[in-house]
Parts: sequence; structure tokens; C-alpha cells
Amino acid sequence: MTIKTVKDAINDALVQSFEEDKNVILMGEDIAGGKGREQYQGTQDAWGGPFGVTQGLYTKFGGERVRDTTIAEAGFFGAAIGAAMTGLRPIVELMYVDFAGVCFDQMMNQAAKVRYMFGGKQKVPMVVRTVVGAGFRAGSEHSQTLYSLYTHIPGLKVVAPYDAYDAKGLLLSSIKDDDPVIFMEHKRLYMTSCEVPDDLKPIPLGKGRIRREGSDVTIIAIQRMNLFAEEAANELEKINISCEIVDPRTYSPLDEELIFQSVKKTGKVIVVDESNPKCSLASEISSLISEKCFSDLKAAVIKITAPHTPVPFSPPMEDFYIPSTKKIIDAVKKLKDV
Amino acid sequence: MIEKEKINWIYKKIFTIRFFEERIKKIAKEKTVPGYLHTCIGSEAICVGVMAALNQDDWISSTYRNHGHAIAKGCELNEITSEIYGRKTGICKGRGGSMHISDFSKGMLGSFGIVAAGPAVVLGAALQEKINKSNKTCVSFFGDGAIHNGAFHEAAGLAKLWNIPMIFVCENNGYAEATATDWHLNTKELSDITKAYDMLSYIGDGNNVFEVYDITKKAISEAKQKNTPIFLEFKNYRFSGQYEGDTQLYQPQEEIDKAKQNDPIKLAKENSSKYGLNKNDLEKIINEVKEEVDKAFDFADTQPWPQPEDALEEVYVNYPVEIKT
Ligand SMILES: Cc1ncc(C[n+]2csc(CCOP(=O)(O)OP(=O)(O)O)c2C)c(N)n1
Ligand SMILES: [Mg+2]
Repeated sequence: MTIKTVKDAINDALVQSFEEDKNVILMGEDIAGGKGREQYQGTQDAWGGPFGVTQGLYTKFGGERVRDTTIAEAGFFGAAIGAAMTGLRPIVELMYVDFAGVCFDQMMNQAAKVRYMFGGKQKVPMVVRTVVGAGFRAGSEHSQTLYSLYTHIPGLKVVAPYDAYDAKGLLLSSIKDDDPVIFMEHKRLYMTSCEVPDDLKPIPLGKGRIRREGSDVTIIAIQRMNLFAEEAANELEKINISCEIVDPRTYSPLDEELIFQSVKKTGKVIVVDESNPKCSLASEISSLISEKCFSDLKAAVIKITAPHTPVPFSPPMEDFYIPSTKKIIDAVKKLKDV
Repeated sequence: MIEKEKINWIYKKIFTIRFFEERIKKIAKEKTVPGYLHTCIGSEAICVGVMAALNQDDWISSTYRNHGHAIAKGCELNEITSEIYGRKTGICKGRGGSMHISDFSKGMLGSFGIVAAGPAVVLGAALQEKINKSNKTCVSFFGDGAIHNGAFHEAAGLAKLWNIPMIFVCENNGYAEATATDWHLNTKELSDITKAYDMLSYIGDGNNVFEVYDITKKAISEAKQKNTPIFLEFKNYRFSGQYEGDTQLYQPQEEIDKAKQNDPIKLAKENSSKYGLNKNDLEKIINEVKEEVDKAFDFADTQPWPQPEDALEEVYVNYPVEIKT
């Protein structure tokens, strides 16, 4: 048992996957860094991506399998698809999910549809690792989550781990998975840590997790929102309100059963999602619950999301944009009185 | 011959940008400002030389590395600093931050954080100028790394096909993030890529502000006269890291030392007598500029924060849809 940060847990999962399967390769911008300066000492592997997540892979596995790219996302995403169809298991890094726009076609129209459209004869076992999330003062073009953009598309799987344990277990599964997987890493969670067993087994995609058992109110928390849900639950416990926290962990497929069981138990539900509200995971989960658990509900589902705006830069505005512990506490109190 | 007034302007701006960015580097170390900071130490001559050939109402686009462009284009220092500090009186009301410093009223179409987003936007502005038979110059600034992105190529192809006299200004500063340009280029010279579009291109010393000015001025008149886009490549060196906090492990010291010999500020100082400025003139400009920069940072410090709810403003022009009668 070792305490690991999310960042290191992801690096571990990458190293393990590289060791287990020689078909695993990694492509992205500055995932090593220092290209063109190899003749100088200490320049290689200078970055490991902007957050240092992939550091060491180039040194361990070499440039054939760990490939720095140019700023040509459409090119190397497309290449990942072809490589995946013909036998490799490529992992590509989309430095920030906000750059999805320049290579969305590859995921939406090729990766997602190849299997279906060409008669089920092919598969595209690739993983897109990407960085999401607000709270970094990174402004409108480096702070989005865009979970639902990918979740909307049939053929893509979407994974968004909260802690280091899930990050490692889910990434191991994502790389072994035969379908294209979007693996979303939250920039504000990289340095958070928890216990991660060295021999952790892959965690199946589509299995959610009860992070806290409770009886009064169900809080369904998306990725970083688990942090605020936990803080809220701790506060509310002091006034004898018992919250159950459900972390779906993967959004496509979604562990509907786990969610419904919790709803049956409490009859009161809050969904917390830091994305924009329209056609979001929050609205999707809320609608599923209304449809499938209508008679169990004691009150309408409450959604706590960002407003329908881009992510603002300035701290007071960005803090307002992101759902907060206080907003969750207030919502739980409102539901408790129902 | 360049007019005295322009020479003074050039010197003033080039020093302003350097002092401004040095100040940013300092506050970045002290961690007193939020967010990502991309400074442009080493780009001053390109920012100022190109802008010296433009009018204030000419159009430009910039990137996340925009402070120099904004200063040279005439944005107010106070408003730039306030924006970087996230204050309500910032140039984008605190909504943009350092990566998005833009002032439309000064001819800035925008500073885009997505690599290669700018050229196509400028193409559109230039198309508008053509359709409306107006004559404003349209310039897109981008880096060497951007030339690999499809969006750049699509804009270049259309600009040539449509005979749009826009200017592509590529700052070849030796790096795209932690990747050296001499590794990522497929062609001998960066500007060779324009051959695919049969586009005119010129290469200049991006450390020499007067050379940049001269080349840009000629390119603008040639582009307009021939109704054709022109690609300018200015070579310089990125003394700054990709962003403040970058370890720059991949930039060897001997390379930095060598580049320092051609530091644009050093060259500008060395050339000053040629342009009729003596030591005293220079000192006067430097002192003035230092004071202005200091004042702008002091100003930002005293500015109010936005209200949290200000986040909700100006997402749309009109929403929900109002029916105007
Ligand atoms: C589409 C896209 N991909 C990746 C990035 C991340 N990124 C930001 S700056 C940069 C390097 C750009 O290098 P260059 O064009 O040479 O400009 P410079 O920073 O040297 O001014 C990269 C890869 C981005 N902003 N947008
Ligand atoms: Mg560059």
C-alpha cells in the first residue's frame, strides 16, 4: 500500500501498460519535451507534458513508442485511429480538453463510427488522455470540462476519475479496452493523493462507486465535485443529516443501477457537475432518475452546475462559476425539509 | 529616412515591452497574480517593428503571448495590468486574463489561446476590408509551432485563392513549448511552407526592430498593390520559457548566451546613434518608460475585483431573444 498522487498513479498505469503490452504507444505535444536538443545533457524528457504526468516514459521506452508530435492534433488523432485499427493501442494526449475543437472530427466521425458503420469488423482500441477543469485561473480556453460533448456520441466511452486509486485502475482498463475511450484528468486533482495498492487490478468501465454511505440525501458528484460533496457531507453530519455520495466515475457507460439504488434509499437527489448546465451530465442523470425512479422521489432532483457562460478568468468570477460546498449544503438542507 | 517621432515611438515601445515583461516575471515569482503568464522577452522588435508599419485602426490578431502586441498596438498599460490582475477595470473586464488581452477599439481582433486560431479570423477581417473597399491592413501574429496546424494552412490557401492582401507574421523564436523549431520543421526555412500556396514570403531578423519595420512596410504596400497575401518570417529567440514557471531545462545555456548577443534591446541601444538618439535621449526614454510601467502595476494593485455575478454578463448580444419592434 502506497500513498500516490493522481499524477503519479496515472504515470504508474502508463508504465505498467507499456510493460505489459508492446503495442501500447503514446503520442502528444511535449509528452517528453526537449526534442531537437538531444545533444545537450538534461534536455531530454524535459517536460512530460505540461503537468509532468508522462515524465520518464520517453527515457524508459524510447522515442519509437513515446512520440512527441507537432501541434497537429487532427493529424495525430487520426493516426491513432489507423494505428489502433491495425493493431496498436495508441494513447494520445489532448493537452487541454478545450483543444477538442481542432480534432473533434477524428473522435466524432471516425473513432466513434468505424466499428458500427463498417459492419462491426473493426475496432479502435485507443485512449485520449486529456486535462479538464476550472479553478486554475486558466481562462475561457483552458478550463472547460466538456464531459457531455463526448458522452453524447455513440461509440465513445468516457471516464473521469476523482482520486488516484480510480485514476490508476480506470486507466489500466481504458488502455485494455477495445473501444475508443476519452480519459479525463482534472488539473486541480493531479496533486491530491490517496492509498493505491501496488498490484491494483483494472477497474471495470461502467461501475460507479459509493464514496460515502448515507440515508437522507443522495449526492451524485461528477469528478472534482466529489471533493465538495465530501466537505458538505462532513458539515451536514454535524447537524445529523446523512448524505450518500455516488461517484459514477464513468459517464459512458453509466452505472445507472448504482444511482437508482441510492435514489430508492433516500428519495432525495442532488447532482453536482462543474460543467455548463445545458445538455450536461447533470441534466442527463437528473432526467434518467425522473424517468426511472419517479415514484421513489420525494422531491424534484436538484442540479448544481456552472452557469451557462464560458469560464471566466478573474478569481471572484471563477469561484462563482464553480459549484461550491456551500451550494451543496444549502441544497441538502432544502431537501431535508421536504 | 524614418521620422523622428516614429523613432521615438519605436524606442519607447520596445523598452516598455521589455520592462513590462520583466515586471511580470518578477510578480510571477512572487506568485501575486493568478493564472498562466506567457512573456515575450526576445519578441520586442517584432511586436514594435510590425506595429510601427500599421495604423492604430489596422487589424491584428495575437495569441496567449500577447503583451508585446497589445502594448505596441496602443492598448492602455493600466488596463493591461488590471486585466492580468483579474480586476474589474481590466481591458476585458477581468474575464480574459493574461492570455486574452485584447482591445477591439485599438484594432485587436483578439488574442486567442488556441494555436493557429488567429490567421483565419484575420483572413475574415481582410475579406471584409476587400468587400467594403476599405483599406485597413490586416496582420495575424503566430508562432513557428502554429505552422503545423491545419487551421493555418486552410487560411493560407484561401487567402491566396481569394487574392486577399493580408500579412501572415510568423515569429520563429526557436521553440514551440519545449520542442525546438529545428526539430519540428520539415523544410529548410520555415517560410518554405508557403511554396505550397505560391505565396510571397520574406525572412527578416526579428531582433532588429528597424529591419522588421522596413520589411513589414514594404510587404504591406506590395500586398495591396498585387492583391496578394504575404508571409513574413522573423527569426528571434524566446528568452522566456513557454510560460512563467517553465524550468526551461531544454534550452541550453550556451544557446541562451549566444542569443543574448543579438538581444533586440541590446541591438536597439547599439543602433540608437544611427537614428539620431544620443545617450541622454535614451536615458530619458528609459526613465520615462520605467515610471509608466511602475505606475501601471501600482494602478492594477488598487483596482476593484469584479463582482462574482459579473461572470454572467455579455455571453450573448441578445439572450433570451428579445423581439425588437
Ligand atoms: C490547438 C492547440 N494545441 C496545443 C496548444 C498548447 N500550446 C500552447 S502554446 C504552444 C506552442 C506554440 O508554439 P509557437 O507557435 O512557436 O508559439 P510561441 O509560444 O513560441 O510564441 C502549444 C503547443 C494550444 N494552445 N492549442
Ligand atoms: Mg515558437
